Amino acid sequence: MLEIKDLHASINGKEILKGVNLTIRAGEIHAIMGPNGAGKSTLAWVLSGNPAVEVTHGEIIFNGKNLLEMSPEDRSREGIFLSFQYPVEIPGVSMVNFMRTAVNEQRKYKNLEPLSAADFLRLMREKKELVEMDNKLTSRSVNEGFSGGEKKRNEIFQMAMLEPKLAILDETDSGLDIDALRIVANGVNKLKRPDNATLVITHYQRLLDYIIPDFVHVFYDGRIVKTGDKNLALELEEKGYDWIKKEVETPVEQ
Amino acid sequence: MSEDIINQVTQGEYKYGFTTDIDTEVFPMGLNEEIIRLISVKKNEPEWLLDFRIKSYRHWLTMKMPTWAHLEIPPIDFQKISYFAAPRKKSPKSMDEVDPEILKTFDKLGIPLEEQKALSGMAVDAVMDSISVKTTFKENLAELGIIFCSFSEAVQHHPDLVQKYLGSVVPYSDNFFATLNSAVFSDGSFVYIPKGVRCPMELSTYFRINASNTGQFERTLIVADEDSYVSYLEGCTAPMRDENQLHAAIVEIVALKNAEVKYSTVQNWYPGDKEGKGGIYNFVTKRGICKGENSKISWTQVETGSAITWKYPSCILQGDNSSAEFYSVAVTNHFQQADTGTKMIHLGKNTRSHILSKGISAGFGQNSYRGLVRVSKNADNARNFSQCDSLLLGDKCGAHTFPYMDVNNDTAIVEHEATTSKISEDQIFYCNQRGISTEDAVGLIVNGYAREVINKLPMEFAVEAQKLLQITLEGSVG
Repeated sequence: MLEIKDLHASINGKEILKGVNLTIRAGEIHAIMGPNGAGKSTLAWVLSGNPAVEVTHGEIIFNGKNLLEMSPEDRSREGIFLSFQYPVEIPGVSMVNFMRTAVNEQRKYKNLEPLSAADFLRLMREKKELVEMDNKLTSRSVNEGFSGGEKKRNEIFQMAMLEPKLAILDETDSGLDIDALRIVANGVNKLKRPDNATLVITHYQRLLDYIIPDFVHVFYDGRIVKTGDKNLALELEEKGYDWIKKEVETPVEQ
Repeated sequence: MSEDIINQVTQGEYKYGFTTDIDTEVFPMGLNEEIIRLISVKKNEPEWLLDFRIKSYRHWLTMKMPTWAHLEIPPIDFQKISYFAAPRKKSPKSMDEVDPEILKTFDKLGIPLEEQKALSGMAVDAVMDSISVKTTFKENLAELGIIFCSFSEAVQHHPDLVQKYLGSVVPYSDNFFATLNSAVFSDGSFVYIPKGVRCPMELSTYFRINASNTGQFERTLIVADEDSYVSYLEGCTAPMRDENQLHAAIVEIVALKNAEVKYSTVQNWYPGDKEGKGGIYNFVTKRGICKGENSKISWTQVETGSAITWKYPSCILQGDNSSAEFYSVAVTNHFQQADTGTKMIHLGKNTRSHILSKGISAGFGQNSYRGLVRVSKNADNARNFSQCDSLLLGDKCGAHTFPYMDVNNDTAIVEHEATTSKISEDQIFYCNQRGISTEDAVGLIVNGYAREVINKLPMEFAVEAQKLLQITLEGSVG
């Protein structure tokens, strides 16, 4: 589904990603862990096409298409969804209006008719239940006045609405209490299908108790330095990132 | 990125820029008493009206163009303008027949003048250049005692009402442009709602400038008698021309005891091209008086057109317990300039006013809010709440706020809030990531920003206004 080859990228001229290689197949859940500043979020931005990041080298193939040539909106329409670490507030734009525009844009891309108001509201109701989202929230402006936890839950709600092929969860667990964490993780698990994939970016092992990854990658200094199964996350939690730093840096010194 | 988007978004095209090829009678350029007499004769006006015009003209000669607005106004040569232009009637025998070309023009503007095609629940007075060409549903309304006709017709058939109220809200000596209008005004609409009548349809006037090198000086007078209600809409467009054209109108509203008047405008005069060439100079005086107790006047305006807008729809709250509202969205793109706002003059006790102004600036546009809240000595318990928001798209435009408060009564409560915001790249990217294009994202955000005001418009107009906002700002974010 997704193939990243030797990806280099920089922000404001500073190289952040220094040769990332990663392959994700349909049906898989991948987790990326790593210390602050390793470049995890930058990877999420490159995949979603944030113009703040400049790709200097490498290739990304998504379902047979060259992802780097696509506009951010087309990437979304092709099925890439980013759950933002810091969801953006859009005052005055109601969640209903925002979601209806988004859903219908996605449908237009697939040559489908826009959803009728009734069908759309039914879809909203169904997906809201999935993430146990309060009715109040969807009648408000996009993320405006939402608590940290509500914003994250709103991201998962949008993901449920748009049914992406590849969902990227960027630190979706940060700022969540344990109940919210469970609800969010449940939502993600319920949306899991054999034909879609999930990339979970996180600091802590905690979220991976609920969303069980097939692969765990450790990110350090702009690269994936270690890959393993879910046990790697546990090991990392136990030994800390210093362990990785040592392991990565020692050979260089020799 | 911002550069690109700004360029994209500011490329919106003006859809109403066509001209109609009709036989038009145009007065020679220039302004003098002779021209004024000619207008008066043309309209078969009574003596007192001619006197009003002449008195205004003589006063105007003593006045200077105001310079206090935050506008750069190129010099206007008032002798290079024609003060009267009217489509010539083809067959004088059939008064109600309208030239098919004119019908076509209004059809093209989305304002069908045949009653069977008209929007349900809306009566229209169509004004082209200096005269009213057709008023629909006049007879149906007359059954309720409602008078809805062109101003010229009102002068002929209801001279007492016109004489009683003309200049009663905006005196002939009010300001430079109002005084000019009082001297040369051509046509406009007249509305009278009798006691206890709730007008069952939206009344609307559509102003169209067609002739070149002419000014449009329309005059609208709305009188709502006791316990009556009316909702009135005004729309306007003009052809694209390289020269600037002057538009100086007056609207007067009188609301008597328990009466309510809602006045909505979607102003879309030709704004000039991307380099700032051409466009309408829009100098308008609009004022209402809440004369009776419990009366209410509400102004809603969506200002997207004109090269220069100078306009302050105001209210005098004279009756006790009367209330007034001003809701405004003003957009300036390319080289457009707007200095707009309101005046709320509290005279009566327990009077309330609410001001909500939303400015949007893009391109090189300059947008100013100018508002006055005055509470007089006897206006016990007056309340005002003002909110002025500015939204900036790009970094070459400007937003300015000039609120004035003059409070002379200790029991008054006057509040003012102001915000300035920009559409951020983060917001755009967030929308993009959900599959929404930048263009649509800007439309969504701008309409969201203006929603509170748009919601005050009657339905058909609200939809139109939303589209208009999007078109006006096509191509403008940063």
